[in-house]
Formats: sequence, C-alpha cells, structure tokens
Amino acid sequence: MRFDTVIIGGGLAGLTAGICLQKAGQDCAIVSTGQNALHFFSGSFESLEEAPARLAGIFEEAGIRLHYQPGVRLMPMGTFRPAALSLEDVDILPDPAFSRKALIVSIAGYQDFFAAFLAEGLEKQGTQCRIHFLQLPEMAQLMMSPSEMRSVQIARTMDRMWEKVVGEIKVLLQDEDTVILPQVFGLQDTTVPGRIRQAVPARVIFAGTLPPSVPGIRTQQQLKRRYEVLGGTYLAGDEVIQAHVHDGVVHSVATRNLDSHYLEARHFILATGGYFSKGLRSNPFRIYEPVFGLDVDASEDRNAWYDAAFAADQPYLKFGVRTDPGLRALRDGVAFENLYAVGSLLGATRPELGSGAGLAIRSAFQATDQILRRSAPQEDGRPAGQSGESNPSES
Amino acid sequence: MHEKEFDVIIIGGGITGAGTQRDCAMRGLRTLLIERSDIADGATGRNHGLLHSGARYAVNDPESAEECIRENRILRRIAAHCVEETEGLFITLPDDDLGYQKTFVDACRRAGIGAEIIDPEQARRLEPSVNPALIGAVKVPDGSVDPFRLCAANMVDAKQHGGQVRLHTEVTGFIREADTILGVHTRNLQTGQEEDFYAPVTVNAGGIWGHRIAGLAGVDIGMFPSKGALLVFAHRINQMVINRCRKPANADILVPGDTVCIIGTTSTRIPFEACDEVTVTPDEVNLLITEGSKLAPALSTTRILRAYAGVRPLVSADNDPSGRNISRGIVCLDHETRDGLKGLITITGGKLMTYRLMAEIATDAVCRKLSVTRACETADKPLPGSEERSYEAVARKIWEAPSMAQKAAAARMGTRAEVIRDAGREDAALVCECEEVSVGEVKNAIERMEVSTLTDLRRRTRIGMGTCQGEFCACRAAGLLARAHGCIERERADLRDFLQERWKGNLPIGWGDTLREAEYTQWIYKHVLGL
Repeated sequence: MRFDTVIIGGGLAGLTAGICLQKAGQDCAIVSTGQNALHFFSGSFESLEEAPARLAGIFEEAGIRLHYQPGVRLMPMGTFRPAALSLEDVDILPDPAFSRKALIVSIAGYQDFFAAFLAEGLEKQGTQCRIHFLQLPEMAQLMMSPSEMRSVQIARTMDRMWEKVVGEIKVLLQDEDTVILPQVFGLQDTTVPGRIRQAVPARVIFAGTLPPSVPGIRTQQQLKRRYEVLGGTYLAGDEVIQAHVHDGVVHSVATRNLDSHYLEARHFILATGGYFSKGLRSNPFRIYEPVFGLDVDASEDRNAWYDAAFAADQPYLKFGVRTDPGLRALRDGVAFENLYAVGSLLGATRPELGSGAGLAIRSAFQATDQILRRSAPQEDGRPAGQSGESNPSES
Repeated sequence: MHEKEFDVIIIGGGITGAGTQRDCAMRGLRTLLIERSDIADGATGRNHGLLHSGARYAVNDPESAEECIRENRILRRIAAHCVEETEGLFITLPDDDLGYQKTFVDACRRAGIGAEIIDPEQARRLEPSVNPALIGAVKVPDGSVDPFRLCAANMVDAKQHGGQVRLHTEVTGFIREADTILGVHTRNLQTGQEEDFYAPVTVNAGGIWGHRIAGLAGVDIGMFPSKGALLVFAHRINQMVINRCRKPANADILVPGDTVCIIGTTSTRIPFEACDEVTVTPDEVNLLITEGSKLAPALSTTRILRAYAGVRPLVSADNDPSGRNISRGIVCLDHETRDGLKGLITITGGKLMTYRLMAEIATDAVCRKLSVTRACETADKPLPGSEERSYEAVARKIWEAPSMAQKAAAARMGTRAEVIRDAGREDAALVCECEEVSVGEVKNAIERMEVSTLTDLRRRTRIGMGTCQGEFCACRAAGLLARAHGCIERERADLRDFLQERWKGNLPIGWGDTLREAEYTQWIYKHVLGL
C-alpha cells in the first residue's frame, strides 16, 4: 500500500500532522496502537502561550473550540495552575479568588472526582463551598459492577441525562455564584457543556477527574474524525513492527495486522510518544527507540536517569530522540532522508518547541512544513524531496 | 486507674511487639503499645514473607530449625488467613553438589521437618516455573505468610483484649527512679503532642532500633544491623516456595504470596545510622535477578514491581561485645539481672517465623515480674479472622455467590470480612482495581485498624501494592481518608508522601514497564491532578 506520508502514532502530534498533510492534498496513513496521551489530557495546552491561528483553524474545522485567556485553572486536587490556551469547556479564571460561594456537585458512588479537595482549595481563596452528591438511579446499572463508576462510563450515561442533572442543580442552587461539576459531560454530544452553562443560572466550571479524560478522549475522536473526513487512513489497534531502510531512506514499514502488506511512502513521521506510549523503551542498560533504533539523547548511567525525589523534574523525562534542525531523526549521528520525529518522543531535546501539547503541535507543524516544501513541484517538475539537493537544515 | 498507667508498655509495633502485646493482653494485663511509625514498618514488613519449615536452618542451626517447624504448625492453625500453605522445594542445580541433599534431608528429619526427596520430573510437574535443569529436589512444608496481615491481626486482637495502641509516637526517653524504669516519655510525630506513660515493666521490642531504645535507658545490647535486599515481581510465577539445596547464600529463596512473588535476599553489615533509610543498590538488583533466575528462569523476563530492603536485628550472644558470636536465635534480656536496671526487658533476635514464641518468652518474663501466673494461650487461640481455614469457605459462608472481589476480601480479612457483608453499592465499589480492594474494606481499616496515612492503609489492605503501584487507588483512598480525618491539607501531604515512598521502591528497578508507569504517574499527579 502506497501513501505520500505514513505517520506512526495517532496521538495529538500524529493527528495534527495527518490533518495538515491531508489538507494539503497528501494521502496519509496513521498507524495507532490505540493508546495515547490524549486519554489523559488535562484540557489545557501546555507551553502554547498564544493560540496560533493555524492551530485554532485546524481545531475549529474539527469541531473543537478553543479559548485563549491567560489566567489560572482549577486543578482536580483543589490547587490552581497558570493556563492560557484551553478547550472550550476548560475554564480559565482571572484569579483563584474568582467566586464568593460555590456549589460543588458530585455523583454518589463516584470516587474519581475530588469534591472535598476542591472545596478545601477554594476555601483557602475565600470561597465558601457546599458539596452535594447527586443520587442518580440511572447510575445503578454502572454501580452493579464495582469498577464501572469511571469517567467515561459516567459520561456515556450523562450524554443522555444531563438535562435531569441541570434540573437538580437548579433546585439545589441557593445563593451560590458558581457551580462546579466533574468533567463528565459532552463525550459524544459536544454541545452539552455549553448547554449546561446556558441553563444553569450561575457560573459553571467543569473540574477534572481521574483519567481517562473525557475532554481528551472527545478531542481525540474529533481530530480522528476530521482526519478521516479529509480522506486519511487510520489504522487503529495496529503497531509498526519493522522498518525497511536503505541508504538512509525509509522505504516502507510492516505492521502487526497487515502482515506482508507493507506501508510504503515518500515520507514517514514518527509520533510514537514517550515511555507510556512505548515510543521510548528501556531496559536495565539503556533507553532506546524501538522502531528505527534512532539515537536517543540519554545518559548511559542508569543512576542518572532518576531524581530520588518523586516530585522533582525527572531526568529520564528529558531524554528523547535526536534530530537535525529540520526534525529529521538521526541514527548513528546521520539524519534519515525522509523520517521526522515529532511529539513527546523528542523529550526535552528541542526546548524551543516547548513541552507536552505545545511540543506535539509545534513539532507536527514543523515536520509537515518540511514535508510539504520538499514535495512541492520545483521548476523542473520534480518534487523537491527527490531532487537530491534539498537540505532541510536550510529551510 | 489513671489512663496513663499500664501493667506493661511495649515499645515497637513490629510483629514481635504486636505479638507480645497480644500475649500480655490475653493474660489479663493492661497493655500499651508504642510505635514510632506504623505497624510492620521495620523488618517485619521487609522480608520474604516466608513461612519457614525450618529446613533452611536444619544443617547449620538445628535449634532454629526446630523452633521454625513448631511455629510453622502453630501459625497454620492460629493465623490461617495470613498463611498460604504452598509447600516448598529445595532444588539442586547442576552447579550444586547433589551429595549435600542427603546431609540436608537427614538434618531436616532430625529436626522433625518432613522432607521428601522427589525426582526432578515430579518437581517440574509440581512447580512448572522451576529451573528445568534441576538434578534433585526435596519437598518440605514451607509456605508463605503475609507479615502485614499477621501483625495487624495481632494488634486487632490485643485491642479486643483491652490493649491500647499509639502509632506514629516515639519514645523520647525513660522515666527512671534510681535503678528502676517507671515508664516512658513520648512524642506524637504527627501532632507533636508529648505524653508520659507509666508501667512497672517495659518491653523493648524495637528490632534493630531496640539498640537505640536500650541506649536511652543507658544499657547496651550488642546488635549488628544486617541489611537484606529483596525484589517483588509483578506476577506470581511460582506456586511453591523455591529454595536452593545448598549452604544458605544470597538470593536463593523465591516465595510466592498473594498476587506477586519475592526473591531474596542479601546480607550486608550496615552502620546504625543507615537503618532508617536503607536503599537497594544496582549491584544488589543485578545479583537478585541473576541468582533468582537460576531458581526460576521466568524471573529474568518478569516485570519487577519494587525493590526494598530490611534490617535484621542480629544480636551477639550476651556478654560477647566483640560480636564474633552472632546468633539468629531468640534473645530475651532481663536488664535487671543483666544490667541491674529494673522494669525493662528486651526481646530481640529471632525472626518473623518465631515471633509468637518470642512473644511468649517475653510475656513469661513480664508475668514473672508481675507475679501473674496465667498460662500462654497464643499457640491455641486463632487470631481474629483465622477462625476458619479456607478463605473460599469463608467467602461462601458470608456471601451466597461471592464475586472475585469478595473472595479477595475474604482472603485478606479472613472471617472478619463479615463486617463488609452488607456493603451497599457505594461501599462495594473498588478503590484499588489491581488488588480488588473495596471502599468498604478501606473504611473498615480506617475505623478499626489504626490507620492515619495512605502508607498505613497499604499495610492493612494491600492498596497500592499491585501493578499500578497506587497510581489510581492512592487518590481515591486519599478521598476516603480525608473524609474520615476531616483534614484535606494533611491528606494532600500524605498523598505526596505515599507517592514518594512508592517511587523509592521503583527507582532501583526503574526500567521497562516500571518506567512507563512512573512516567504516567508523574503526568497524572503533576499535570492532570495538580498535586
């Protein structure tokens, strides 16, 4: 099977790259193991200090509305963190003392939303809090099984019954100016958070829960849908097991499910994520990149991988795949002709691109720009990438 | 009586202290147990959890071997819900001398340990994970014992017999009049509150820390801290205990327990100052994996969950300050006859396996001082939870058709699972999915088992001991603890401590899936939850 670009990894970086390339007329395939960092996305785009119009455009077309407003956001454990660019249903507050009186509404039997922690954090800011647990007979089915009361399962039920919740809140509400709800609304029907805001006569804040993140999963679904609408191929639940490389050029990759039907392409993007997503792997002796055996900027001394303090910035999180200035991945110090590394696979090797979601998006843009520039027809009619003259570091 | 006066004060909430409190309380004494940290936080919770048959000691230390097999039989009876009757193998590998097998079996038989030579083929059938290259095998009545559960059960029973318990409370000094100890000064390390307690007899059961406690009373007991490192694997690959049939050496015991298995150990003399913060070195990790894989090759590819180390309280035989004559046997010192200091007894040495006997010896000494003649009953009366032998029978008795989670609860709590029988839907929900611990079980531990931190809770319920190492269950449990204690700020700090404590055990083996999990946990707590 032949594509213009094959993208390995279906998280934020991979999907952003896929959408950009499809929009530019390319034919792409994304190979995704199915698990990615969007499943525990906080809803705020870290290290994207402002909304690049291009990102907003891509997200808008996917039906994802962003808002940009420097301020703080209420974290699930009742603390506050600076935030700016966020998903529409993630509130950015001007300052932590934003409310005089708040009603925190949780669901009886739901352990993954920390109402008491939220209340304590808010009370420190002078906000008077009242916690209420909704008794919802509709949850009975979920509660039959001791491990079903989790965010996504609840969100599925909530898509059907959010209006009833709004009704209960209206009855409960006294003189509170703010209502705080768990982020379990709008998994399928993305209009729900907005409609709740309209219907409740107080400010409504959706506070995070334990993963999986409902806004993160929704974002992933929306980006994937958009990518597919643009004609992209998405191979879910598959994994690249082998790469065919010749003279510094990747020709094709083999996947677990497609057997001998190799995925061939002119360009490859590696967006396989960090340790959790298995983009980086480790054994007692080294940290390595499993698909292409790329150079990893990591200490050889295992003792230097960690800081003994859990909360410290851990050195292993800074390790990442080495790239040339154009994000082409290096192996044995030499850049592949047509393989780009993007997203958290890069660790902190490219600090100018930020970290987290910011890194995913900026590196995806940069890699797709390179690919499109090199694919653009030159005066002689050949794509630049095949002219043999292009040097990504100059572009 | 004044509420701060007791018949006996026991210092140390390890298995020896908890066992001694139970024994004293059962003999009608008014007891107080004081523990600086939590129960089972020292060597009690940092060993193999091996229910020794005594076979390991049979050749070199027949006295310990006989003690072990006697206590082995007693614990099967009185601590059924803490014990798993797995049986054990002593295997001979091609590198070992098969001739040792006969010496070993003869010594076992002399000590009264049933040791049966079986052929290698039968050993491979009985225990499929065993190194298939084995050339000899002996079956012995080894088993596994959950030291946390055992310690908690002793504490619970002591409380049921009127005992009082002060955890997270440090003994800062002795109240002394001339040559008599009258009681102890204490400070609660969580609240800073200082209190004095009085009793005619104090028992020092502080394990390796007993050295320092004796020092507070001005007496010296020649102790020798010996560190032992162990690894916990994420899967239980063996059903029987696997030992090496040769002179005891490093990393030659693999013990299955609950959902995991544990390889150990090493033996390194360390300074006293190092006892509070023992860590496992990369060399020790390598040794444990290399040697462990010889017992069961699957270990080399099994995920390691955690590395930890304990400190054995070895004691030089009395009046031998040189330490040449170190014994692993039980040492009970009456400081009145030894040092001319009345009212203080030290019980130390020994091992998890012989804790009950140690407690009996210490309690006998206490009773002699108090002229109490009531006999010891701890060898006969089951611990709370152990009135029934099979946890499956327990589960079926409590619930008509027990679920997996209910069976897991019955295995952990024994007959005491009764208290969560009527848990409503909310209480039946799982806090910890790896170990299937429910809200109801957590609430029970908080209400009845002296829990003040998440780490305490882990020792009572196995929360955070599973493959995710507390990633999700920690903050759910923190929610329940916060509700019970009514203090969020303290709970937030507790959650940080818990994560730090888990990381300490993950760091020496931080690669592969452990590193994956660590990255995930970092991300969740820092970026998603904002702790």
